[in-house]
Amino acid sequence: MSMVTLFVSTRKGLWTLRSADRKRFTLDGPQHLGHIVHHTVVDPRDKKTVLAGVRTGHLGPVVMRSLDGGATWKEAASPPKFPKGEPRGRAVDHVFWLTPGHASQPNVWYAGTSPQGLFRSEDAGDTWTPVSGYNDHPDQSKWAGGDKDQTPDGGKLHSVLIDPRDAKHLYVGMSGGGFFESKDEGATWSPFSLGVENKYLPKLPDGQEHTFGDDPHCVAIHPQNPDRLWQQNHFGIYRLDRDKGERWTRVGKSMPADVGDIGFGIVLHSRDADRVWVFPMDGTDVWPRVSPSGKPALYTTRDGGETWHRQDNGFPREQAWFTVKRQAMCGDGRDPLGIYLGTTSGEVWATNDEGESFSCIARHLPEIYAVTVGA
Amino acid sequence: MTVIVPTHLRSYTNGQSEVESRGATLRDVLVDLEARFTGFRHRVIDEQDRIRPHVKFFVGGDEAHALDVPVGEREVQIVAALSGG
Repeated sequence: MSMVTLFVSTRKGLWTLRSADRKRFTLDGPQHLGHIVHHTVVDPRDKKTVLAGVRTGHLGPVVMRSLDGGATWKEAASPPKFPKGEPRGRAVDHVFWLTPGHASQPNVWYAGTSPQGLFRSEDAGDTWTPVSGYNDHPDQSKWAGGDKDQTPDGGKLHSVLIDPRDAKHLYVGMSGGGFFESKDEGATWSPFSLGVENKYLPKLPDGQEHTFGDDPHCVAIHPQNPDRLWQQNHFGIYRLDRDKGERWTRVGKSMPADVGDIGFGIVLHSRDADRVWVFPMDGTDVWPRVSPSGKPALYTTRDGGETWHRQDNGFPREQAWFTVKRQAMCGDGRDPLGIYLGTTSGEVWATNDEGESFSCIARHLPEIYAVTVGA
Repeated sequence: MTVIVPTHLRSYTNGQSEVESRGATLRDVLVDLEARFTGFRHRVIDEQDRIRPHVKFFVGGDEAHALDVPVGEREVQIVAALSGG
C-alpha cells in the first residue's frame, strides 16, 4: 500500500500525518504556525499542488500554495478578493473552502469564502477572480439571509461540487442560505433545496415550500454516480437522486431518536453510493454540538439511508464530548476505506476497516478545522 | 520616513523591524511598501481600502483611520492590535 498523507488544518497551523500501513502514523509540523488554516486540499490531478486557505487573527486572508506536495509553501500572488468599490462593500475575511476543478481543466480551482463568495483560479491557485454570476446575483444577499443568519464567525460558502461528467455543472452550499446549482460554469444559479426542512423561516401560505434559506452543513456528490448527492444539513441527513426526482429525502429520520441526525461532516464510500458515514452531534435544546451523551460514534448506512448502524469500537465510552467540524471528516479512497476525523479538542481518530474499529492517531493538537487526504 | 513593522509582517520585510519609505499620504506609503514587499498591503488593507479590523496605523504618534492621512516625514507605526487567543 502506498503512503497515506493527511493534512490537519488547525486554528494554529498545519500538521501532517503519514502512514505506510494506516496503523502507525507519523506526525510532522507545524507549518504556518500561529496562522489559522481553514482548509488544505491536494490536487488529485497532478498530486503535487496543495492549496491552503490561511489567515491570522490580525492580517488579511491569503491562499498558500505548495507545488511539492506540502513540503514548501509560497503565498498566492493574488488571493480571492471582491472587486474594489463593489456596491455591497464586501471584503473577504477568510478563504473557507477549496475545490480542485474538473479533470478536463487541469489548473482550475474554486474557492468559497466568508462572507459568502465564489472565486475561480485558472493558474493552479496563484491568482483568483470573482465568479460574478454568483457573487453579484441579485438574490445573493437574500439567499444569505443577511448578517444574522450566519455562522458565528461569518457566513460560509462551502461544498463547491463539480459534476465529473460536466465541467460546467456546479453546486455550492451556503451556510446559511441553502444549496444552489449552476449548469453554465457559474454564470447563472438556481436554488436546489426542495424537500429540505427549514425551521428558520415562517411557513409559506397554501403549502408552498421555501426553495432556499436552509443550512446545508456539508454536501457531497458521489464520484461514480454523480446523480446521487448526500447532505448533512442543520436539520438532518438527506439524500437526492437526480435521475429519480428533484427533491431531497430526509433519510436521517431512521437514525435512533436518542442520537438524532444532526452533525456537520459526511463521508461517502468511494465505490458504493449507498454507503455513507456521519458523526452525529447533539442538536437538541441550545444545540450543544457535541457527541450525544458524551459517547462519540459514527453511524453508517449500507442501504442508502434506510437503516443506520452505530460504530464506536475504540472510542471512549463516556465523558467524551467530541465536536467535529464539517471539513474535519474524510475518507482515503482505499480498500477497505479508511476514515479520519479531527476534533475541536485536537485529536485525530482513524479507522482502517470502514468503521469497525477506531484508534487515536494524534492528540494535543490545536482546534482542528479540517482533515483532508493527500495524494 | 521610518515605518515600524510589527512581528506579524516581518516575513514580508526580510525580518526587518523598521523600513524606510516615502509618500505624501499613508496610501502612498503603502504603494511604496507593496512595490518592495509583495503581498504586504493586502494583509493590512482590505480590497475596499479599509484598514483591517485588528490593525492600527499611527502617523507621528496619532492614530490614522483612513489612507488619505498626510505622512510627510513623520514616523509610521503599524500595530497588530489585540484579537483574541
